[in-house]
Amino acid sequence: MKMIRVSQLTKRFGAFTAVNNISFDVLAGEIFAFIGPNGAGKTTTIQMLSALLQPSSGFVEVDGLDPCVQPNEVRRQFGIVFQDPSLDVDLTAYENMELHGVFYQMPRRLRIERTRCLLNRFELWHRRNDYVKVLSGGMKRRLEIARALLHTPKLLFLDEPTLGLDPQTRHQLWAQVKDLNETEHMTVFLTTHYMDEAERVAGRIAIIDHGGIVALGSAQELREQTGTGSLEDAFLVLTGAAIRDEPLVDSIPFRPIEKARSDMR
Amino acid sequence: MSVIYYLWLRELRRFARSRSQIAGALGQPILYLVTMGFGLGPVFLRAGQGSYLQFIVPGLIAMTLLFNSVISGMNLLWDRQVGFLKETLVAPVPRAQILIGRILGGASVALFQGVLVAILCLAVGFRIKNLSSISLALLVMALIAFVFSILGIALGSILRDVRGFQGIINFLIMPIFFLSGALFPLEGLPSALATATHVDPLAYGVDALRSTLNGQSYFNARLDVAVLGLLAILLFVGTLYLFEKVEV
Repeated sequence: MKMIRVSQLTKRFGAFTAVNNISFDVLAGEIFAFIGPNGAGKTTTIQMLSALLQPSSGFVEVDGLDPCVQPNEVRRQFGIVFQDPSLDVDLTAYENMELHGVFYQMPRRLRIERTRCLLNRFELWHRRNDYVKVLSGGMKRRLEIARALLHTPKLLFLDEPTLGLDPQTRHQLWAQVKDLNETEHMTVFLTTHYMDEAERVAGRIAIIDHGGIVALGSAQELREQTGTGSLEDAFLVLTGAAIRDEPLVDSIPFRPIEKARSDMR
Repeated sequence: MSVIYYLWLRELRRFARSRSQIAGALGQPILYLVTMGFGLGPVFLRAGQGSYLQFIVPGLIAMTLLFNSVISGMNLLWDRQVGFLKETLVAPVPRAQILIGRILGGASVALFQGVLVAILCLAVGFRIKNLSSISLALLVMALIAFVFSILGIALGSILRDVRGFQGIINFLIMPIFFLSGALFPLEGLPSALATATHVDPLAYGVDALRSTLNGQSYFNARLDVAVLGLLAILLFVGTLYLFEKVEV
């Protein structure tokens, strides 16, 4: 069964094409990695998949739902960890979880049970009453993942979740994600700049550059395809070694899909 | 409903945990009370206008409500800055519920601070003319807080950073305060100034408070409440439109 279906997906910001005619599927229960240089179109793709951006053209389906037609239904299906922080730093860890559960209309008892379970799982239960602002970067990231999982989503989007974390925290975080994938059969769609992480965690990897998918397959397939010994070398062969400037598109705020739709009317 | 309740609760929690915000809320009214209330009191008395303290206190309460409810807009911008706005806008929740929760939270915090200032003023000699009108005064205070909390969020929906909000305070909120009649009587003003006071929504709030607390009214208490009520409805509709378009 396919959790995500993407066909000929394109997103333009004025004259700039951030995502250019990409097609891929993500199977239910799969860990799928999207890797690419800065500004390649990873975050824009996630925003279209998560009903935050209206595609310019093409087709997207998440768990059989069209994000353009049923944005709120799609939003209930996934949890998301953004590239940038999104916690309320003036609330406690527990209160952040509580608020998220309320946003997703979880029954109170279930909300309490899941919060306890997830905060324990991510080793944050003992810090549940601490304000987020006093937590370390790694704890905040773990809390964001725990929060994204609270409403038991079928799909988890992780947009560069390990950015700025130390190796120990990164290792622990991916172990948790892999465990969740195996025990709860949760589909994971992730982006990362760390090739070793993508190789270790993901079953299939798509390499995106200049808005287009340049290769897709398992880490081994990508190495064989490029005749290289590591995923990082394969990545450099496929995308080149030149340092990329961040395109302006990263500073373009996403438009809520409801707004995009109302603008189109 | 629970989304509205929890967003309201969130604002209260954040306020209760911010000692500087509580102290700051009281600091400005105390400054005005001491410098203007006691400083200009003798002049006001000699001009045959009675007790300046009695006159200025409704204005100081309105000032507290104005500045602390408009902060709702700043809080929206802060949420954008720290990233939390994303969490609310990505949730499968109607924007109207998020907006109402934020408005009620901001207005409640401002109302609480307004009540604190009122108690402080009572402690330094202000007297309520008719104790039975206290509940009416609280309703007027709530209405003022509600109107300016909506205005704050409307501004926060348009602006993109906290620094821009400071300009709004200087060029919109300060004139609203100074033209409201909070510090001086509205009778006998030059025509241009009189016209400006008539289009100042806070002027109706100050007048309604003065009417309920002191028994004095320049416009008419019913008119005051009607203007504030109508403004609240119009502002809410406009703000909902703006909030629907908020981008992260």
